[in-house]
Amino acid sequence: MLAHSIIFYFFSFITIASSLMVIASKNTVHAVFFLILDFVSISSLFIMLGAEFLGMLTLIVYVGAVAVLFLFVVMMINVNFSELKSGFLEYIPFGLLIGLVILLELGMMIATWKYKPDFVVSNSIVNKTITNTESLGLVIYTDYIFFFQLSGFILLVAMIGAIVLTFRRKESLRRQDITTQVSRERTDSVELIEVKQSEGVKIND
Amino acid sequence: MIEIGLTHYLFLASIIFTIGVIGIFLNRKNVIVILMSVELILIAVNINLVSFSVYLNDVVGQVFTLFVLTVAAAEAAIGLAILVVFFRNKGSIHVDDINSLKG
Repeated sequence: MLAHSIIFYFFSFITIASSLMVIASKNTVHAVFFLILDFVSISSLFIMLGAEFLGMLTLIVYVGAVAVLFLFVVMMINVNFSELKSGFLEYIPFGLLIGLVILLELGMMIATWKYKPDFVVSNSIVNKTITNTESLGLVIYTDYIFFFQLSGFILLVAMIGAIVLTFRRKESLRRQDITTQVSRERTDSVELIEVKQSEGVKIND
Repeated sequence: MIEIGLTHYLFLASIIFTIGVIGIFLNRKNVIVILMSVELILIAVNINLVSFSVYLNDVVGQVFTLFVLTVAAAEAAIGLAILVVFFRNKGSIHVDDINSLKG
């Protein structure tokens, strides 16, 4: 039990410290690296909780896809990020005030609220004899199949949207135009001329 | 303090949530950090859902986390695509210039 709590405090300290560094670091590339550290320690917390599948999924989706996407965009956009940091200090009092109020409200709610054990009646109580992944699979593909397909559709729409937004056709490039190639006919390009004897042909171009 | 319960995870989630909200306020000029703060807020919600799901022995919370994860990934992709297009047109990513998105 002691080891469990020590590991919990270790991971949550890393999580909080790295999320503070995400919002405070001067270099945006460093912020992305701290975001990756944050996601890794949160996925370790998920695994500690017993949600192994979601821990691995967080590692794959957030670290492997989202954070790398952020890193890619930060490196692709050539902006002086340090000048974007100006005005950081003038927002600190306001931001800290709002943050403290939100934290106070959440803390009051969590500390005083008692959970009533029979409040939620659920038909998907976890069976302890099967693994976490199996119990998730038993629910996702049966009771929540509509939502599962809907989330797939959301990903499809996001993919098409991102491609359409960033697609750019360069005018200076000479591209192959297959329709013109195929629809080209003999009469468009070849002309037959009767050549008279000993006069030659005058080609006007 | 030694016994780790639901409350510890909820407090951790609320601290990360608050850090995300403060990050939106502090980095008013840098859209990329604002997007990263939104990711922090979403993962704090995920911690909430997973810890409740584990403590209630109910797997539905984890299913919902899966959907939040999907939406977060889609949101990051679309947001960064808009940012890239905006940078291509404006040459900067100042938040003050973004009202030109109104057209």
